[in-house]
Amino acid sequence: MTNKILIENLSLQYSDGAESLRDVSMEIRPNAVTVLFGPAGGGKSTLLRCLNRLNDLTDIKTSSGRILIDGENILDPKTDVIALRRKVGMVFARPVPLPMSIRENITYGLELAGENRRSVLDEAVERSLKLAAVWDEVKDRLNDPAIALSGGQQQRVCLARVLALQPEIILLDEPTSGLDPISTGKVEMALQELKKNYTVILVPHSVQQAARTADYAAFFLQGELIEYDDGKKMFTTPKEKKTEDYVMGRFG
Amino acid sequence: MTKLLSRNRHLVQRLGFTFITLVAVATVIPIVGVIIFIIYQGGSAISLEFLTGFPYDGMRSGGILPAIVGTLYLTIGTAIFSVPLGIAAAIYLSEYAKDNQTTRLIRLAIINLAGIPSVVYGLFGLGLFVLFLQFGTSILAASLTLSIMTLPVIISTAEESLRSVPQSFRTVSISLGATRWQTIRRIVLKEALPGILTGVILGLERAAGETAPILFTGAAFFLPRLPGSPFDATMALPYHLFVISTQVPEMPIQIQYGTALVLLVFVLTMNVIATIIRSRARAKRQW
Repeated sequence: MTNKILIENLSLQYSDGAESLRDVSMEIRPNAVTVLFGPAGGGKSTLLRCLNRLNDLTDIKTSSGRILIDGENILDPKTDVIALRRKVGMVFARPVPLPMSIRENITYGLELAGENRRSVLDEAVERSLKLAAVWDEVKDRLNDPAIALSGGQQQRVCLARVLALQPEIILLDEPTSGLDPISTGKVEMALQELKKNYTVILVPHSVQQAARTADYAAFFLQGELIEYDDGKKMFTTPKEKKTEDYVMGRFG
Repeated sequence: MTKLLSRNRHLVQRLGFTFITLVAVATVIPIVGVIIFIIYQGGSAISLEFLTGFPYDGMRSGGILPAIVGTLYLTIGTAIFSVPLGIAAAIYLSEYAKDNQTTRLIRLAIINLAGIPSVVYGLFGLGLFVLFLQFGTSILAASLTLSIMTLPVIISTAEESLRSVPQSFRTVSISLGATRWQTIRRIVLKEALPGILTGVILGLERAAGETAPILFTGAAFFLPRLPGSPFDATMALPYHLFVISTQVPEMPIQIQYGTALVLLVFVLTMNVIATIIRSRARAKRQW
């Protein structure tokens, strides 16, 4: 199968010496959920933030390596980062509804991209809220402030906000860490639906969630990629001792 | 023994709170006192003629219209220069400036600017705007002088309210394909606006009440007509009050207090507007 993303010898170090990445190389396949898991400080979030160049906002000491998305190195300084971020959407750990209505949250990205036809925007609102499995709950109050929703609804609206831009890749950084099990289930179900059309990369908030959702799984420990395999194998018969210890809960 | 101690402790605490409450009440007394005193002394001077007429008889009779209009002009003039400049500086400091030597130097300058006595601003304005740039004693020169004095207040309050907008809004906006400037314009400025406006009004309010900075740069003792252009000198309420209190013999006291009352109402109105904006925004805020 061809890859959607090819990461080659990616190394990175923050100026404050926090989390870093050490010589990470991996392929990420389209139309699947790839899970990046491991204990905190392992470099999972850093890797996610490289994929949409959100790390540009952070103080980085050194970085090297390449990330090819559809064959193009997005770490190249000449990359159009605005276009990249429309193509690679991101959902954060804490739902952050922008201080506006539900509808405006969804249309925000499209309006920035210059879309202002009412019909197109309306269509995008309905389509993306349906895809994020939250349409039925909010369709009668699209003009209410998004902050008034419950945490689980907010997070799915945030997912819809990303989907409205019709990205190709969706990054999710512990998207269910603050949610109750029912909301978590809804988000996970939405992901299974989404992977049919998108490349989904998820940092799960637990090993259990990793095992439930992963088509492919990558285990990160202190900035290094320890093991990368098919999800089923990873959580039943890991090759590396460290992976096994972590999956079995011997450390973490 | 322990029981006694704990009762004692309660007593001390009660006494402490009572004392603090009394102090809090005591600080309000002078403010209320000043307002009541000025209304009592000056209230009788307020009439339509006082508010809309020119002074005559060596300012011992008539109204204070030119001073009211002058203060209005000066406040607007100050706003024109200091508001855009102040907000731009605040945006730079909060959103773009890196934490380095230069930024620290700029901040230090702003803090020190706020500490300079207002009469020094007056002298500076005289040297730069009136004489060197040859604006003459004029509304323009006085407004520019007041602007420099007001800038630190506007910059620091605006920067503070920009900074109080959660960082996560910026990150999310950028991640949705917004540029830095789009993020500032559509999210950050919009959320910080009430705080910025409050700072702007408080700064302008101070400018409206100042005498020293306009003393050498734009204030006139007496003018028979309203100023017609920014290059004319103008009368102004605080300076007029100073003049009729010290320079005019046999001045009727109610005219002095009437003038003070008008200035007080002018400034308090701005204050009330600022308070309303702030509390409305706080009720509507979504974070």
